[in-house]
Amino acid sequence: MDLALAPETIARWQFGITTVYHFLFVPLTISLSAVTAGLETAWVRTGKEKYFHATRFWGKLFLINIAMGVVTGIVQEFQFGMNWSDYSRFVGDVFGAPLAMEALIAFFFESTFIGLWIFGWDRLPKRLHCAAIWMVSLGTVLSAYFILAANSWMQHPVGYALDPATGRARLTDIGAVLFQNTALAQFAHTLTAAFLTGAAFMVGIASYHLWRTRRLQEAGEAADPKRTLAMRTSLRVALVVAVVAGLGTAVSGDSLGKVMFRQQPMKMAAAEALWDKEAPAPFSVFAVGDVAKGHNTVAVEIPGLLSFLAHSDFRSEVPGVNDVAAAEAARYGGDPKDYLPNVPVAYWGFRWMIGFGMTSFACALAGLWLTRSRRWVAPGKRTAPDEVPRLMLTPTRELGPALTRWGWRVGILTMGFPLLANSWGWIFTETGRQPWVVFGLMRTSDAVSPGVSLAEQLTTLIGFTLLYAALAVVEVRLLATYAKAGPVTSERPPEKDPVLRGPGGPAGGDPDGEDADRPLAFAY
Amino acid sequence: MHLHDVWFILIAVLWTGYFFLEGFDFGVGVLTRLLARDERERRVLINTIGPVWDGNEVWLLTAGGATFAAFPDWYATLFSGFYLPLFAILVCLIVRGVAFEYRAKRDGVRWKRNWEQAIFWTSLLPAFLWGVAFADIVRGVPIDRHKEYAGGLLDLLHPYALLGGLVTLTLFTFHGAVFTALKTLGPIRERARALAGRLGLLTAVLAAAFLVWTQAGTGNARSLAALVLAVAALLGALALNRAGREGWAFTCSGLTVAAAVGMLFLALYPDVMPSTLDPAWSLTVANAASSAYTLRIMTWVAVVFTPLVLLYQGWTYWVFRRRIGVQHIPAPAHAAAVPAPAGPAGTAAPAEPAADRP
Repeated sequence: MDLALAPETIARWQFGITTVYHFLFVPLTISLSAVTAGLETAWVRTGKEKYFHATRFWGKLFLINIAMGVVTGIVQEFQFGMNWSDYSRFVGDVFGAPLAMEALIAFFFESTFIGLWIFGWDRLPKRLHCAAIWMVSLGTVLSAYFILAANSWMQHPVGYALDPATGRARLTDIGAVLFQNTALAQFAHTLTAAFLTGAAFMVGIASYHLWRTRRLQEAGEAADPKRTLAMRTSLRVALVVAVVAGLGTAVSGDSLGKVMFRQQPMKMAAAEALWDKEAPAPFSVFAVGDVAKGHNTVAVEIPGLLSFLAHSDFRSEVPGVNDVAAAEAARYGGDPKDYLPNVPVAYWGFRWMIGFGMTSFACALAGLWLTRSRRWVAPGKRTAPDEVPRLMLTPTRELGPALTRWGWRVGILTMGFPLLANSWGWIFTETGRQPWVVFGLMRTSDAVSPGVSLAEQLTTLIGFTLLYAALAVVEVRLLATYAKAGPVTSERPPEKDPVLRGPGGPAGGDPDGEDADRPLAFAY
Repeated sequence: MHLHDVWFILIAVLWTGYFFLEGFDFGVGVLTRLLARDERERRVLINTIGPVWDGNEVWLLTAGGATFAAFPDWYATLFSGFYLPLFAILVCLIVRGVAFEYRAKRDGVRWKRNWEQAIFWTSLLPAFLWGVAFADIVRGVPIDRHKEYAGGLLDLLHPYALLGGLVTLTLFTFHGAVFTALKTLGPIRERARALAGRLGLLTAVLAAAFLVWTQAGTGNARSLAALVLAVAALLGALALNRAGREGWAFTCSGLTVAAAVGMLFLALYPDVMPSTLDPAWSLTVANAASSAYTLRIMTWVAVVFTPLVLLYQGWTYWVFRRRIGVQHIPAPAHAAAVPAPAGPAGTAAPAEPAADRP
């Protein structure tokens, strides 16, 4: 059968589209829930209105996002059985466990407490309300952990034995599956990347508001100082989170890379388009290669760096694509060519992941310096907390008008970079594992559902893709509307802290005696 | 008792929890068209389930995940075999979740009407399809010697399965109407009770026919007991609803759902997916289960976390126990919050809220 329409190909496209789409929302959900929780905590502790406005604003954007994350997650869980039934049979004993734990432990947490948070503004005392969003945040982190442990098992299967009777994987050590170094490294890398994503998102939107306010003022129009206050605080918080998370992404990425050099040398050789083993091995900056012949025609390289990234030693040997392919062919049988992933995708995916990720980190670092605290700015150049900050290059020198304009514009653009980096990161790590679905144990071509027809597969592929596209348009528009509108500074925090009343409270089971007809604080 | 029997029970419990909870929120979704007379009443209905529908839906995810972990072959055969109905259910659940969340986020008659249409259809269709799917599971489908589904889409649309779909649809709508009577105030509460009375009779006829058909097909003594319980609970719910005892009526309609689902699982056991081609090829609790080690780990996880989930989900229901009526529905808050798309040069002129006629 033509490979373009092989069941494996269609199932892979569907998995890829669903996963990349789902993962546009996941990192934002993870990070925005935590940052919103942090802002609400700041409001509960200090009582400052700017934190209240910021909490409400970022909370709203978070909710628009999590709705999409939740619903696409349902497909994630069921597509294993739908399109990959042979995979499900083969790995269910091992892979099902973290998935079930994710649902029972993390999803319930997330979805129950999100309801409390959304609708609880006038029902829960504010400390309890704040605790609810922390629970949501904990739920998102736990969920990430379990699903990454499951994915890590596909990257590097451990804690299992092959059942001689059925030929399937059987769990022997749940601790090994949950706590292997692949899982820990992937978790650290994904979590830090998620925070970089959310922080960059906030930097972009806060920059948009501050820059717009600045232009309004230059045009002689009045600005809302409360909005500027909330946005300026948000910008600072986001810049700090972005810098810390960016650093964390780099460090955890390095350790994940080292793990991968040991566990999946093919993936890393492909990531570098290193065709033949070298000692010391160079890091490739740019390459154009001939995949069929297995060598590069153009290469710009930094000598020795790859050896260092792989083994912390500038002179160590790193095996190339051809060496690993030959070794896998010798071990698993067949032709070495069968063991090649898509090298250009791996190579460029790896570069775009790092490039986009580190660009947003660099932007955040620059932003943190340019908008730094009053103490490090000459007295004449200081701005009040509810004014748009000047972009200060040195304590006394401000960026010129053109550079200031570009500074804010870059701040706005930053928000897209980590999303691209995340997508390419997943495309890289999943295609780089091919032809395996479970590394060394099961090939992707053996994993698809034998009973599902091509027509059925195409129906769901096209159906889901169109639905995702339509919802993306709706989501982005809604997000843009709310983001542009900014915080509602006319909103006041509730005057009195709501009290949780039991059946013994006023009016028996029906609380709120005197204002029983008061409208809900929030309603769909 | 074997661990895979324990897990059969646990999965039955998870599905029962799912149908008990999402059952009434599907029902409420259907009632947005049957019961509500204007936009405010539709909002009352949607807001009775607003804080809880998402948590209710996780019961499905957990049932799916637990089936994957405890009975991989069941999970694989079921989801690859019931491919297109499941696809339809997933599409509905995706649109439904977004519809609840986004409907009130913008003004505009068309925007709201479209999402309301979506809420109705995406509640109705899964409520029907789950019944079809479970009837098919109990009745058996063509499964070959490799545990693969060997039928087509039409094999899933047997009259018995279609009747099963009608039963879940009417039962959930009835359950939703009883829930609405319990959670609302004013005229809508009265109308919900009246509608529940009529729906309950229809449900009783359909459910009795379906359950007796099931009993005649694959029933046993235990499933007969569940059948009797289900019918008795349904009649009880009807009587209590008529008497205005809304809390007890809801308990009984919930018990009806639980007993009916319980009966299906009792009629199914010890198979999990019987084969109509050859009984030897049926998936059973024994031949579809995971290893003892996995089941033991998962049992511990379930024993620790399920009570915890029940505890905090129950607490959520307690926090939002207050009845709501049209007077509690706030004016669209976002009208002030969201100006119309900024004009040229980004001027943030406060916009008039768009007219929103019911």
